[in-house]
Amino acid sequence: MAWQRKILRVDLTNGTCKSEPLNMEWAMQYLGQRGLATKYLTEEISPTVEPLSPENKLIMATGPLTGTMASTGGRYSVITKGPLTGAVACSNSGGFIGAEIKSAGWDMFIFEGKAPQPMYLYVENDKAQLLPADFLWGKSVWETDTLLHQKHQDPLLRIAAIGQSAENGCLFASVINDLHRAAGRSGVGTVMGSKNLKAVAVRGTLGVGNIRNPKGFMKSVVAGKQVLAENAVTGQGLPAYGTQVLMNVINEMGALPTRNWREVQFEGAGKISGEAMCEPRATDGKANLVTNAACFGCTIACGRISRIDQEHFSVKNSPKYWGASGGLEYEAAWALGGDTGVDDLDAVTYANYLCNEYGMDSISFGATVAAAMELFEDGVITTADTDGIELRFGNAEALCQIAEQTGKGEGFGKEIAQGSKRLCDKYKRPDLSMTVKGQEFPAYDARGIQGMGLTYATSNRGACHLRSYTVASEVLGIPEKTDPLVAEGKPGLVKAFQDLTAVVDSSGLCVFTTFAWTMDDIQPQIDTACEGNWSVEKLAEAGERIWNLERKFNLDAGFTAKDDTLPERVLKTPANAGPAKGRVSELGAMLPEYYELRGWTPQGEPTQETLERLGL
Amino acid sequence: MHHVIIGAGPAGVIAAETLRKTDRDSEITLLGDEPGMPYSRMAIPYFLTNEINAEGTHLRAEDHYARHGIDFRHERVTRIKPQKRILDLANGSTLSYDRLLLATGSRPVTIPISGVDLPGVHHCWTLNDAHRIRELAKPGAHVVLVGAGFIGCIIMGALLGRGTTLTVLELGDEMLPRMMDRTGAEILARWCTEKGVTIRTATRVTEIEKGGRTQNSFTRLSTGLIVHTETGEPLIADAVVLASGVRPNLDLLSESGIETDDGILVDHYLRTSQPSIYAAGDVAQGTDWSTGKRTVHAIQPTAAEHGRISACNMAGIPTHYPGSFSMNVLDTMGLISTSMGLWRREQGTNTAALLDRDRSRYMQLNFQGDRLIGALTIGHMGGWTGANGVLRGLIQSKTRLGKWKQRLQDDPTRVMEAYNFLLIARGGGH
Amino acid sequence: MQRFLHIQPQKCTGCLQCEMACSLDNEGIFNPAKSRIKVFVFHSEGQFAPFTCTQCNDAWCMNACPVDAIQVDRDTGAKIVIDTQCVGCKVCTIACPFGTINYNRDTGKVIKCDLCGGQPECVTACPTDAISYIDSDWAGFERMRASAEKSLASAANS
Repeated sequence: MAWQRKILRVDLTNGTCKSEPLNMEWAMQYLGQRGLATKYLTEEISPTVEPLSPENKLIMATGPLTGTMASTGGRYSVITKGPLTGAVACSNSGGFIGAEIKSAGWDMFIFEGKAPQPMYLYVENDKAQLLPADFLWGKSVWETDTLLHQKHQDPLLRIAAIGQSAENGCLFASVINDLHRAAGRSGVGTVMGSKNLKAVAVRGTLGVGNIRNPKGFMKSVVAGKQVLAENAVTGQGLPAYGTQVLMNVINEMGALPTRNWREVQFEGAGKISGEAMCEPRATDGKANLVTNAACFGCTIACGRISRIDQEHFSVKNSPKYWGASGGLEYEAAWALGGDTGVDDLDAVTYANYLCNEYGMDSISFGATVAAAMELFEDGVITTADTDGIELRFGNAEALCQIAEQTGKGEGFGKEIAQGSKRLCDKYKRPDLSMTVKGQEFPAYDARGIQGMGLTYATSNRGACHLRSYTVASEVLGIPEKTDPLVAEGKPGLVKAFQDLTAVVDSSGLCVFTTFAWTMDDIQPQIDTACEGNWSVEKLAEAGERIWNLERKFNLDAGFTAKDDTLPERVLKTPANAGPAKGRVSELGAMLPEYYELRGWTPQGEPTQETLERLGL
Repeated sequence: MHHVIIGAGPAGVIAAETLRKTDRDSEITLLGDEPGMPYSRMAIPYFLTNEINAEGTHLRAEDHYARHGIDFRHERVTRIKPQKRILDLANGSTLSYDRLLLATGSRPVTIPISGVDLPGVHHCWTLNDAHRIRELAKPGAHVVLVGAGFIGCIIMGALLGRGTTLTVLELGDEMLPRMMDRTGAEILARWCTEKGVTIRTATRVTEIEKGGRTQNSFTRLSTGLIVHTETGEPLIADAVVLASGVRPNLDLLSESGIETDDGILVDHYLRTSQPSIYAAGDVAQGTDWSTGKRTVHAIQPTAAEHGRISACNMAGIPTHYPGSFSMNVLDTMGLISTSMGLWRREQGTNTAALLDRDRSRYMQLNFQGDRLIGALTIGHMGGWTGANGVLRGLIQSKTRLGKWKQRLQDDPTRVMEAYNFLLIARGGGH
Repeated sequence: MQRFLHIQPQKCTGCLQCEMACSLDNEGIFNPAKSRIKVFVFHSEGQFAPFTCTQCNDAWCMNACPVDAIQVDRDTGAKIVIDTQCVGCKVCTIACPFGTINYNRDTGKVIKCDLCGGQPECVTACPTDAISYIDSDWAGFERMRASAEKSLASAANS
């Protein structure tokens, strides 16, 4: 079992909350979370729906292992049609709210319609109600968190909320839970804002039981924890440096996109790296990093808790930023640092705080700022456009200023809030937008890590590293080492990673476990917890089914094979330095083979045979 | 050495046990004047609901006393003669002692009106009373409960749970005058009303007489009573339960020369004014930890502490007692309330409060400077009462709250967090 | 030999594995809300602190119980709740100044850490050794426990 077998349907238009049984037939095909919620979404909305219209829906979904003792079993996802991309959006987050939703007795919340005025959902076990959120509207995620805790007088209430950015229509607004965990990408927060839904506050004290084979489950859980503990990445690297362990590694291999992908190595990488976070600062003698922190049930604990020097220019006059808060993950450090050319660790940390506080995706925000900086450097925009901000590469003050403006929807921040594609289109320099399907790249240069090029181009939610993290193989040698500079073999690798990741994202587990876990570690945990005889083969097929379901939705939404591409800069401008010097992404060589391996036509459409084989 | 303990409640029993440990070769006599084995009045509400049987109220297993060389006897003492160190017993014999502990407890206050001795009118204090009430409080019976104090509130659920129609009459303007402020009392009253109990405050009972007829009156269980009040219509009842508070049981002390006030005055070693005589529990008026003044604390934890400390001193191990801490926890039909220390708002104190009437939640913290000195709570946090214990911890450790005072004033529910930060995480102890 | 739970907050990552292990062992379900061990989070300080019963020598809860329902487990020295004797009066919950004995309204009894009969599940579950089960003759233990208790007990007696 492991599912609670219950979903909450929230009709925002009419202000009602209804419980309904989980469709277990679908659960047997799509497992939970990403897969199952995508099934619900695609069954319930038209693929051509306008993402910010009341007709779009937004689903918060847990997996069958969410809320259990399986290591990292605390994940939840937010699924909707994304406004940044127009594609299916699925953003995964850790923290504690996923387990709380589950412990309150729910597998997922489906939000539909649009509330006539701002509301928030309050759930206390089986009691769910929509309450007025006028007192929260216009407030940041952090203020909302405080106000809801005070109002409900419950320190253990778990909260997911949007900030002002989502209210103001920023297209890359996130849903932030537990203050600094983010369902970050594709503008899932923007959809929430468009529905006048400010927050979701949950308290669950019922717990998660119904494990199919409790003894077998605990045995596989204990074995899984052991594997994570003994693995160099999950047992040592991630706890010590977080994902930031990658900064220097990726930079050295010449795959750290720098200054809006003009370069592939950043001279300041060392200053914003995981190692730098642990070093005492010259100014106050304290390290940026306070401690590592875990999400619910996670025995890796890659999370960073940081503190900025109180004398740093960014916070000097703002005591509210003096406490510890969510620190830099690699992607954020790169987007806010390397991509903008800023090497001031505390400034980058501060910009990251603001992303959490105002509810913005730090990757898209940083990458859009990088594009704007290039527009500025090229003289396309000037201080007249930016309200006087010297938006040059490397300008830490400018980064901090524009972060606040974007969060609040003020000044030039309003332009940044539209994402790099729309920004660059507006200024007639679409070549400067480093995006796929409208979504900004993350932190791995596709010229130096070939598999990532194919990953970005084929990702169902636009450019994303988390759909098939071939970095594991190409950089870290997991499960086996492949040459990052070679395109050959990458289509098969990408497909395998995509299907595996779809399963992990549908289970309640964190994809970071796959640095150590193979399907042979994951399968027993799912199978002992859930009914349905989940063999490795069945799980792989479910992953493929989920991938094809997402693809089909996007095709029906109007995407074609032409959208499975990368910006010219990555395809035609060779890397300027490092081991990948002189190379471009060999996407053209990989894509046809990928389509074929997927059982798709050369036009990138699943064949009838493929659809039938997967029961679609 | 012969230790004699009068009273076989918690204070008496714990004193006997402590004496056995600390004065191994002594003779210990424990006298109780109620039938049966020593029991806990705290357990009576659960006996009324049939959750436990009479044995479940027992303080210790039946063979416990003999096994530990404690001579437990059913005897009533009629007189104490301190000069001769002799007790007169009701059976006409005498008993001599070397050290004497008075743990005679308290007894219910009898309201001075006619009819309180009628059949069908009972206090709810002894196990015997509880047996009678169980017989009378049958489904459909009309029960009038006089007094909405601690005992009244704690047995309300039991009476209602037995299927009775329950009316509560309280002389004061509010329920629980000694353990709740007005706001808290209002929440409790609303809770009781919602549970189907009729609450009438500011109501004085003037007379109880025979003759009322309810639908139960035709069965032999009903005695048929009419309860007259100063205001409002008379009430017809099958049973009347009196719970108008308790007073220290001081009957024995006449001519003993033992100084009394509200109770028996004891010093920091729980000694009375007479040599070799100690007092403990409900009957003792000892130091209050918070005020330093001598006060009667008729509560279980004080009885237990008094029992232990007095025994140590009787055994010749001088043990200073810093005073008892006033605290109460009450479960009124599922609504848990607590009071601790100096919770009354007074000059020189300032408070933090949260109130959620809809969910019957209330918390009031009382500070002096940046220290917590008292608290009231109603309701629970996520089904747990954990915060209540740490309130005691914060008060009795006299922890300086520093910046946490403001945080608690902003949000009193952060008390567990404050406690852990100040005493555990930062205290570097645990 | 008596053994005790030794907690080192600085090693805790706040993952709540201990809470789940505790609730699984005691309640048969993953439910941090019913754990006998609780991890406190001090967000702005970046600190986590697991917290449970210290099995204090002169146990406040045990002393306050009116029906002798809290007793010493002879094997482990833990102060354990005898469910069949507990009437649910909650006096122990206000007597314990550590707040580590709680009323469970589902059962009408109080619950507290019982050291799992000598094999604490929270210790097994903790991935960072923030909770360990150590011999009482370990040099630092008594000092450590004393400091935790002193702030309460001795201050209360002053």
